[in-house]
Amino acid sequence: MTLLETTLRVNGTSRRLEIDPRATLLDALRERLGLMGTKKGCDRGECGACTVHVNGRRVLSCMTLAAMHEGDEITTIEGLAREGTLHPVQQAFIEHDALQCGYCTSGQIMSAVACVREGHAGDEDEIREWMSGNLCRCGAYPNIVAAVAAAAQVMEQHAPI
Amino acid sequence: MISVLAPPSRAIGVPHERLDGKEKVSGRACYAADTPAERLAYGVFALANIPRGRIAQLDVGRAEHAAGVLRIFTHENMPRLNPVSSPPAGQSLLPLQSDRIAYEGQPIALAVAATLEQAAHAASLVRAEYEREPFNVDFRTQLERAVEGQSFFESDTRVGDVERELAQAPIRIAQRYRTADRHHCAMEPSATVARWENGSLTLDDATQYVWGVRMAVAQALDIAPERVRVRSSYAGGGFGSKGYVWPHQVLTAAAARELERPLKVVLTRAQAFTAHGYQTASEQALDIGAERDGTLRAVRATSINPTSRFDDYVEYCALSARSLYAAPAIETRHRVVHVDRSTPTPMRAPHDGVAMVGLEIAMDELAYEAGIDSLELRLRNYAQRDPTTGKPFSSKELRACYRLAAERFGWSGRNPRPGAMREGRVRIGWGMATALMGTFRMPASARVTVESDGRVLIEAGTQEIGTGVRTIMPQIAADVLGVPIEQVRIALGDTTLPETGGTFGSSTTMSVGSAVLDAATRLRDELRELGAHEDEDLGAVLSRSGRTSLSADGAWSPGEEGDFSMHTFGAVFAEVRVDEDLPIPRVSRVVGAYSAGRIINPTTARSQIQGGMVWGIGQALLEESSMDPTLGRYLSKNLAGYLVPANADVPELEVIFAEEVDAHASPLGAKGIGELGAVGVAPAIANAVFHATGVRVRELPIRLEMLLA
Repeated sequence: MTLLETTLRVNGTSRRLEIDPRATLLDALRERLGLMGTKKGCDRGECGACTVHVNGRRVLSCMTLAAMHEGDEITTIEGLAREGTLHPVQQAFIEHDALQCGYCTSGQIMSAVACVREGHAGDEDEIREWMSGNLCRCGAYPNIVAAVAAAAQVMEQHAPI
Repeated sequence: MISVLAPPSRAIGVPHERLDGKEKVSGRACYAADTPAERLAYGVFALANIPRGRIAQLDVGRAEHAAGVLRIFTHENMPRLNPVSSPPAGQSLLPLQSDRIAYEGQPIALAVAATLEQAAHAASLVRAEYEREPFNVDFRTQLERAVEGQSFFESDTRVGDVERELAQAPIRIAQRYRTADRHHCAMEPSATVARWENGSLTLDDATQYVWGVRMAVAQALDIAPERVRVRSSYAGGGFGSKGYVWPHQVLTAAAARELERPLKVVLTRAQAFTAHGYQTASEQALDIGAERDGTLRAVRATSINPTSRFDDYVEYCALSARSLYAAPAIETRHRVVHVDRSTPTPMRAPHDGVAMVGLEIAMDELAYEAGIDSLELRLRNYAQRDPTTGKPFSSKELRACYRLAAERFGWSGRNPRPGAMREGRVRIGWGMATALMGTFRMPASARVTVESDGRVLIEAGTQEIGTGVRTIMPQIAADVLGVPIEQVRIALGDTTLPETGGTFGSSTTMSVGSAVLDAATRLRDELRELGAHEDEDLGAVLSRSGRTSLSADGAWSPGEEGDFSMHTFGAVFAEVRVDEDLPIPRVSRVVGAYSAGRIINPTTARSQIQGGMVWGIGQALLEESSMDPTLGRYLSKNLAGYLVPANADVPELEVIFAEEVDAHASPLGAKGIGELGAVGVAPAIANAVFHATGVRVRELPIRLEMLLA
């Protein structure tokens, strides 16, 4: 298989890679760039654990090929905190105990940030619907809803984040 | 024995956010598949697609010649490994050791290559021809072949004259109840990274039991256990699937040894459906006899579940009836049917979590038959002692649970007539059930050290799978030593640390917590001998005595269960809403009150119980792994076909803990809660569905078509 030369811009840093054209964005982030915060739960777009932001939108990184993202601005969980300060969603997840094993957490948080920015965190029912692409087998859902609702208020006060 | 810590405590019993929260929200928590390694190779399994037969021909030529391939392991070139005893092995059959195929999804090859993409492609090129043999994967078609299975509880128990009591009882409920095959679906697929160095092996593994993995791998590979180090810093959920040791762990270690380079194997989501067990379906027969006032005269509970051809796995679905309600005559019986599938395994909540489905729907039926409120019926049959063994309970605040949860739910406002409560087109149902869960305790050891800066380090090999152990153990040590919890940290998940049991059976807080309590107490005594006074900085105490650190080892062993029957309890109330034309049941509210000993951390405890309730919602309404009986395989090995609850399936979940200290279960006064939350929820929902619709469903999950008139 001929390798493709690709530049991936992740969390503000550009990296030149020779990449297998079959490599998903998820596997490239993890196995080539060593960014292990993004998780693989199903590898077929069903669980949301691999959610990242591509040009500000939430994307399932297991469902898209790395080579398709030259020039895109990719943000992973590692790029969310600013100068050591947690993003309000990260902080809210700790305060509301919105995680247990932590494996789905990166994806939940990336989805939650986008969910608030999209304007889909108006009330608890809306949050439940728009966060339903991210499965949590530990069953932390009630606390996830509470965390997203709380973070939405903080983000509104401190917009734009 | 150490006495129960006297209140007031500063950390135990006080809500505290997770000390590992920051690692987890930052993506820095390192799970097995995240382990870095030089020259790492990748392995991907190829699986059999028939349930029974033998491999006639295995064509690995194309796979071997694919780019980047290092080796294709099959039964023809994988070294012969020792059989592994169960436990710790989840199943006795180890693949890649012969041409026999005993279940669909059994590995037939492990393709190893330099990159993940190359390994996955190579695995897809492996071609097998089989000599097929007749098979049967459906235990319900052969219940007459049920036999007694050997496992860790008694198969059969009997007290009183069940036959006579049933014959004389004026009310009789005799029904069959069914639960479905289910899968754990931990969000983290099982993963193993194996590295050999000078004849010693390090495994970074997604496991609930690092010592079990060490034992199994050492046995299979015929090396001393001391040469195997197993680590699990964080596991992405387990729920039973990572409790025992399964073939992928052993085979990864063996393949890495052959290749002489580090090897990572991560199971695919589809492979997870056949790689590490499942919760069996059950066929439960309940025969209950009662007086007209609902007083029980006899309970006969019989359960049958499937297991593999090569192992006995018994799901004890008549277990709860032994201990839950007072009745003069109780008989329980368990049988298994051997089918052409992999070996089942415990899943949250094993045994009682499945057994209570039949028993608690049957009790609801009895309540309606006798014309008594469902809660009142439970109170009339409240067991003061274990009705089968006659022993007192080590602690039991179930009566308080019934009261607390009923009040909070508003149960007294219920109109018991089915269909009586509605809001426009929506029929509302209220149902309740009891929860009961066995208590499992395991020996554990721990070390607690004060360092020169006054910081405290706990060392215990236990695993963090989401329960909050990185927070709960520091709470215990902080209280004993009189330091703030932020000053305490724990090193865990490593066989080089003091040995503990597995993270299963809701046992960790009791077992490891008691060992930490012991070690911290010994350390406190040594510090006092050094002249430490209350609230003195521990670092100062050390420097005064010319030391850089001070450690104490502690241990705890449960000993014999002895004179007590040990369980945790709960009372669960659920509300469902069912549209009258399109009767999809939706859970709109759950309230549970729990009797589970002393609660160390109300924050993480509440979360864990809520998680259990979510499992109950899945069990009641969503989760079922259906098999195609003609192909002998699961229809949906994925999360689109196997439905686990999503956020929008889950309403507000209220958790109440009854005040309780169980000094008999552990010196901490604590018991276990990991599984309890998943018990009783499904039957409460099923009973609520009856109340809403008047349709009595005796089979889970409840689907729309069962409610269509």
